[in-house]
Amino acid sequence: MSDRIFGAFGLALAIFYIWAATTIKDSFMVDVVGPRAFPYIVGTVLGLTSIWFMIRPDKEPQWPVLNDLAEIVFATAVMLLYGWALPEVGFVIATVFATAYLTWRLGTAPLWALVTGLATSVGIYVTFHLILGLHLAKGPLGF
Amino acid sequence: MEILSLLADGFAVALTPQNLFLAVIGCFLGTLMGALPGLGPANGVAILIPIAFSLGLGPTPSLILLTSVYYGAMYGGRISSILLNIPGDEPAMMTCLDGYPMAQQGKAGEALSLSGVASFVGAFVATCGLVLLAPQLVKIALLFGPAEYFVLFTVAFATLGGISSTNQAKSAFAAALGLGIAMIGSDSQTGSQRFTFDHIHLYDGIDFLIAIVGLFALSEVFIFLEHHRGGAAASGGAAKVGRILPDFGMIKRCIPSMARGTGLGFFAGVLPGAGASLGSFLAYSLEKQAVDHDGKTFGKGDPRGVAAPEAGNNAASGGALVPMLALGVPGSGTTAVLLAVLLQLNITPGPLLFTKNPDVVWGLIAALFLANFILLAMNIPLVGIFTRVLMVPTRILMPVVAMISFVGIYSITGSTFDVMLMVGFGVAGWLLRKLDVPLVPIILGILLGNQMEVNLRRAMTISDGDWLTLVGSPLAIILWAIAITGFVLPMLMGRRVKRRMEAARNEEEFVGD
Repeated sequence: MSDRIFGAFGLALAIFYIWAATTIKDSFMVDVVGPRAFPYIVGTVLGLTSIWFMIRPDKEPQWPVLNDLAEIVFATAVMLLYGWALPEVGFVIATVFATAYLTWRLGTAPLWALVTGLATSVGIYVTFHLILGLHLAKGPLGF
Repeated sequence: MEILSLLADGFAVALTPQNLFLAVIGCFLGTLMGALPGLGPANGVAILIPIAFSLGLGPTPSLILLTSVYYGAMYGGRISSILLNIPGDEPAMMTCLDGYPMAQQGKAGEALSLSGVASFVGAFVATCGLVLLAPQLVKIALLFGPAEYFVLFTVAFATLGGISSTNQAKSAFAAALGLGIAMIGSDSQTGSQRFTFDHIHLYDGIDFLIAIVGLFALSEVFIFLEHHRGGAAASGGAAKVGRILPDFGMIKRCIPSMARGTGLGFFAGVLPGAGASLGSFLAYSLEKQAVDHDGKTFGKGDPRGVAAPEAGNNAASGGALVPMLALGVPGSGTTAVLLAVLLQLNITPGPLLFTKNPDVVWGLIAALFLANFILLAMNIPLVGIFTRVLMVPTRILMPVVAMISFVGIYSITGSTFDVMLMVGFGVAGWLLRKLDVPLVPIILGILLGNQMEVNLRRAMTISDGDWLTLVGSPLAIILWAIAITGFVLPMLMGRRVKRRMEAARNEEEFVGD
């Protein structure tokens, strides 16, 4: 069943892709094939293989139970939030909380998770910013 | 003779203090990443690319650092295979079969030093093979026109699934997905905007580093989260090593096994779509056929069963560099990541690389030789350090991996949009892994998509729109034949080979326990 849904999704993607390819505008420079031909080929392969998944699905993968699925969803949300927060609060503060969340969900006790987060954040800041000179996100506090 | 003088120039590049230092660092980090389950050569190198790049290292130093990581990870994979019966990375799977029983018999130290020597032999001979074979392949590659190049890229995609692939449709889907992503941005030939939907972040296309780090490194973090695998790989006393001094008698007895493993591994590495996993599998199973036909000692701690697959796996990783450097077409996931390194540094691999940037090629090759000696030193007397790392719990390790991925991407792009895009790739990677869709063709598609299209369009321009030009030369026809065979063969025998690979493992575990 999963493969059938996946196939349907892939087919929709392929149709959308081919439609989007038809809207590509020509520029003043032209070559024999043009900018649309290769995307058409790619879209066709996407579509054909997706139809194949619907006709001949593989055996069902091991999906996580609802709790574990929620784990993935929340972790994704935290990471997206982290991406948004980086320039807002700065690298060090954002990283403390993101690391703490991840290590907590992997089984560290809450208080230790904060300690781990702090250690990781400061460790990365010192190694990559102070020693190696990488550009990290600066918040209002300057770190 | 010409090769020797080129190689001497290469050593002059590799032996500068900075490059030597980078090689040592790379070997150390690589062995570490190889040893830790969940971090393999591909995602290890992937995380480090943006960091090496934002450090402002030049092309040769970056390449030396990252290929040392690659070789190091191949050495390191065996450590947890032997001590814990958990392969540190996929190619080290076969080493579990005899390595773990040896460790149970209290011979972990011998197994580690023997496999260290076997890794050295495999990798060293393969690097020599690279020196001899790559220039020959370059000569063939110079005969390629745009049409042949287009077909060659098709060969790479068709064979990437490998002989053990069970669903070729999924490999093809993954390749098309990657190629499709590569089309986003402005068209290199005419400048038309494609698939950007007037979204300013998409005008330059999607940076392949974002896709690689997301798909390889972040998806691994999601897998760990899903299974709540937060514990240490090694608990308490499991990682006891014992005597680390190599047993020279044992090593001597294993020389023929290493030689056979090396030969097979190198061969498997050079072939498109085979890679290190198949190399070590072939080396182990043929070694078993050759010296232990009745199955009396293999799987019960036979040192030859450790030496052969380790030599095979490391020889294959050297062999895999041949098509990557000479043709610009990688045959495995990790070499695809190394291709990304080259592209990021604005170096186009392929025949012209050898004539245009000989310092890069030969500096790299010399660095590989050095890396082998550094790794031999690190992996025999110092192996104790790496076994201790196995006691770091993944609940601490994986968040650090995730954060370093973020640091790398943010430091090169400085954009929140790109960081979020990487998270998106991470989730997509997790989902696709669940659905058994291989990720390597996606990466390769993103990396090669534009070149593949450019070659197609050039061929068409030359032939004035005649599509038959794609089968217009004997070379192109031979390549098509390889592509079709490589794509169809796994459909006929993929399931059987895969079952045998799994059966070999399960059966041995049963005997071993």
